[in-house]
Amino acid sequence: MVKAAFFRSVPVMAGYIVLGIGFGILLRDAGYGVAWAFAMSLLIYAGSMQFVGVSLLAGGASLLTAALTTVMVNARHLFYSISMIERYQNAKYKPYLIFALTDETYSILSDGKAPEGADPDRYRMLVSLFDHCWWVTGSVLGSVLGSVIPFSTRGIEFSMTALFLASFTEQWLTTRNHIPALTGLLSTLVCLLLFGPDRFLIPAMLLITLILTLLRGRMHPRKEAVQ
Amino acid sequence: MSLGHSAALVAVMAAVTILLRFLPFLIFRADRPIPAYVVYLGHVLPPAIIGMLVIYCLKDTAVTAAPYGLPELVAALSVVALQVWKRNSLLSILSGTVIYMLLVQLVF
Repeated sequence: MVKAAFFRSVPVMAGYIVLGIGFGILLRDAGYGVAWAFAMSLLIYAGSMQFVGVSLLAGGASLLTAALTTVMVNARHLFYSISMIERYQNAKYKPYLIFALTDETYSILSDGKAPEGADPDRYRMLVSLFDHCWWVTGSVLGSVLGSVIPFSTRGIEFSMTALFLASFTEQWLTTRNHIPALTGLLSTLVCLLLFGPDRFLIPAMLLITLILTLLRGRMHPRKEAVQ
Repeated sequence: MSLGHSAALVAVMAAVTILLRFLPFLIFRADRPIPAYVVYLGHVLPPAIIGMLVIYCLKDTAVTAAPYGLPELVAALSVVALQVWKRNSLLSILSGTVIYMLLVQLVF
């Protein structure tokens, strides 16, 4: 079963190690070494948020900004959890299964399948644990490699932009209603111009939530979104 | 910035992330329907937030001085084009980052 869980986690391994390395290098460039990379990947364990976290750390953000930013960036995890309520209700290892429910782990566990004859809870715990290990390993590798690689890493911070642009494009291609995506893009742009690069984030989050709340009823979200 | 504040920032990010993942298990039960507004937000918020993050990443791009944000523009367009073409996020991210690094180190 350990083997089955390992192979299930292999597609995630490539992504987590590569992105983890990017995160580790970025974090090191911001002045935070390997202990920080290890701690953040172990304890936060949310890729996008950690990339944003690097700039929060580097910019000396307030705790309130950090908390609100985390709420917005990670709000989608509420919905992963909602869709797992039934399955994880009486599961063994429940706290860890919930803690480790990242985008990628969710995407490979949400189909609910486990190998024949395997204890599904143990299998899910192992897949989650492997994914977690890949992420921590990648981050630590990046932090260590970041200090020894022979070429300049200037510009590597674009990996964060590329990460979000790729997800933006992917979700644009897979959805028909583009109003939410455009709301996010345009509200943030307006707030950036109005409030400047240091204080636009919280107004943007409020504006997005307000607009989407007002648009409720005009949009017909497809029911299959949360299942 | 102080070490203590950095550690506090990491702790806040970790605590809020954990809270978000656990909250539904604490407030909703499997046998009761989820409020419609929550379901609605679950549908519309994620794409909006990704849009917000794209702008957030580009917030410090200088568009009024040379090179007028050109490296960002070229790299961003290549990420989008690659994603449309190949639908492989890792490939788009890696290529876009390498293109950007080459542009800022060698061209501009």
